[in-house]
Amino acid sequence: MATLEIKNLHAEVADEDGETILRGVDLEVNSGEIHALMGPNGSGKSTTAKIIAGHPAYRVTDGDIILHLDEDDLADIDEDLDEEDYRWSLLELEPNERAALGIFLGFQYPAEIEGVTMTNFLRQALNAKLGERQELFEDEDEDAEEEEAGYETSPMEGPVDDGEVGVAEFQQLLKEKMELLDMDEKFARRYLNAGFSGGEKKQNEVLQAAILEPSIAVLDEIDSGLDIDRLQDVSEGINALRDEQGTGILQITHYQRILDYVEPDHVHIMLDGRIVKSGDASLASQLEDKGYDWVREEVYETA
Amino acid sequence: MSSEEHLKQTDTEARFEFKKEQKSAFQAEKGLNEETIRVISEDKDEPEWMLQRRLRALKHFQNMPMPTGWPEAPDLSEVDVDAIVPYIRPDVDVRGGVDDWRDLPDEIKDTFDKLGIPEAEKNALSGVGAQYESEIVYQNMQEQWQEKGVVFCDMDKAVQEHEEIVKEYFMTKCVPPSDNKFAALHGAIWSGGSFVYVPEDVTVNMPIQAYFRMNSEGMGQFEHTLIIAEKGSEVHYIEGCSAPKYSAFNLHSGGVEVFVKEDAHVQYSTVQNWSKNTYNLNTKRAIVEKNGRMEWISGSMGSKATMLYPASILKGRGASDNHITIAFAGKGQNIDTGAKVYHNAPETKSTIESKSISKDGGRTNYRGLVHIADGAYNSSTAVECDALMFDNESTSDTMPYMEINESRVDVAHEATVGKIGDEDIFYLQSRGLDDDDAKQMIVSGFIEPITEELPIEYAVELNRLVELEMEGSLG
Repeated sequence: MATLEIKNLHAEVADEDGETILRGVDLEVNSGEIHALMGPNGSGKSTTAKIIAGHPAYRVTDGDIILHLDEDDLADIDEDLDEEDYRWSLLELEPNERAALGIFLGFQYPAEIEGVTMTNFLRQALNAKLGERQELFEDEDEDAEEEEAGYETSPMEGPVDDGEVGVAEFQQLLKEKMELLDMDEKFARRYLNAGFSGGEKKQNEVLQAAILEPSIAVLDEIDSGLDIDRLQDVSEGINALRDEQGTGILQITHYQRILDYVEPDHVHIMLDGRIVKSGDASLASQLEDKGYDWVREEVYETA
Repeated sequence: MSSEEHLKQTDTEARFEFKKEQKSAFQAEKGLNEETIRVISEDKDEPEWMLQRRLRALKHFQNMPMPTGWPEAPDLSEVDVDAIVPYIRPDVDVRGGVDDWRDLPDEIKDTFDKLGIPEAEKNALSGVGAQYESEIVYQNMQEQWQEKGVVFCDMDKAVQEHEEIVKEYFMTKCVPPSDNKFAALHGAIWSGGSFVYVPEDVTVNMPIQAYFRMNSEGMGQFEHTLIIAEKGSEVHYIEGCSAPKYSAFNLHSGGVEVFVKEDAHVQYSTVQNWSKNTYNLNTKRAIVEKNGRMEWISGSMGSKATMLYPASILKGRGASDNHITIAFAGKGQNIDTGAKVYHNAPETKSTIESKSISKDGGRTNYRGLVHIADGAYNSSTAVECDALMFDNESTSDTMPYMEINESRVDVAHEATVGKIGDEDIFYLQSRGLDDDDAKQMIVSGFIEPITEELPIEYAVELNRLVELEMEGSLG
């Protein structure tokens, strides 16, 4: 079981002005749990998500983000594991290393990459993830040797390059996951998010999570821009992540709507860069009825 | 071993950078004068008319100014024609090229092996010509094409064996020496290159390829390519080029003339990887007759400076042109490329797509001209130029000139210039790709429209060159 532990996280924008956005976020997400993170615009929800994934636009000024892993999480690693292999401070890692350890960020506004087909992209991403994962747990000496041994296969040759997951195997995997999400086969041949509708992009984010099988998935407003049919497809996909892969989900949303389909175990409310209130699913319904002012009053009166 | 594996195993800068000890049978003196021309012509045992054409071209060269004053164009002040060796005949027994790689001297055979040419020939080509220094050293074509009357031979040999055709077409109607200073230079000292003749209604279904290699320091290569595609015929010609890097400059000034007859279809693809001390100044032009179709595909990776604007003259009703160009400029490079299309008849059509990438202070320019003549009604043109920059030091300019003298036409133009997006890189990284791989993926997607039109072997080669260009500059 994996645990994502956010401790007293303070962060600011990484530019000259350095506007403070997070003022001490504490949050813990375990495998198999679904958390909803709610809050008004500008409260720091998306920033929290981006910092977990390692976005370079933010500077962490205090606190830490720790990923705890256990033996089940590392069953695929062939190396002898030390104590430190089970506990990682994400802040010291590159975004792709975090991905290799099982962190996934579903983007609110996914990038459009022209000329790169979904199939090529996803297979390369999966193989890169698997490769990086082995490297992270290798002894440093071995690591150095490997680098000298030289040339890494380029991702540019498309489907013929090597990698742990071969073309045929990958296509089968992709087909299964796409069926699960009720996605048209044509998607596989389209360029990554290029010209996708808002809903298609969100569906694609969930598809990517299904293929990369993260331990913890942070989904930033995965429900915005979805019509009701697609909302159901996407919700099924998210539930499947949790039920079949045991992924822990941190879902950022403004609306109760998706929570009817993806029922959260925990609901957190963020205000001014901190989590000010946590509760069970009923908290989201209360919010729906009373709005954030109710939380604001409660928080600042008791404070 | 498949050529894919072969390419992988030889995938280092060394693949292009190796130098061979220079052994030649004949080498002209440095510089250019009437005497040099006579000596070259005599060494080639040319007919008198060709000598006269060379001498006329020399006069044009001497009288024409350098192409200066173009905005943002490469600086050619270093190009001193008198400092180069214009003609080196490699030491091989058979003039016009052997037809078995094993008959070549070891160092030359080894050169082309390293470049992967014999392997590519086996897998995916109808014929291959290979030029080393100033002359074709290997030339071969599958028998089935010979039987259908297709000619693919060394240009020097064509002067001897197909004299009437060459006399009619060689630098007469398509690229006259008076066209520009470097076309004139080319006309005076051209050597080697390919002659391709495709008879009526013959479709050559696998590409033919010529590979041009400069090995010696301070030399100039001036190969001439003449392609005649008769009515209803079809052919795809590919050229590749490379040279090891020396401190002195090299000059490449090729000339290409393509005749696309009625209903014929010619595709001309280039992947240029000259060393970063080479000035690459070419003139390439096609004349397209009624309902004919010309396609230019150009990948410019190498050279210190390139000036290349393949031109199509759409002469017959319904003729069409398609240009795809990609340019990649790194540190110290100025790649000035583009396209020219002259719509001289009604119902003619052209599409131009240009992709350029610059990094580490490199410069790419798109310089193009579309001319639609009065009376060329119902013609259409679509021009799209996209530039991608890696950093703030690199530059890119787009100069798409249009001269439209007819009102009943359809003209479309789009241009984008952008820096590689941080959000795009982060998105790919968050999926597991490292920084370098993320950038490579974005670049490969950016150039995808050209790679998907190339034969697979060539697309792989192009991608590898792009990758080599990017190596060491990232991170």
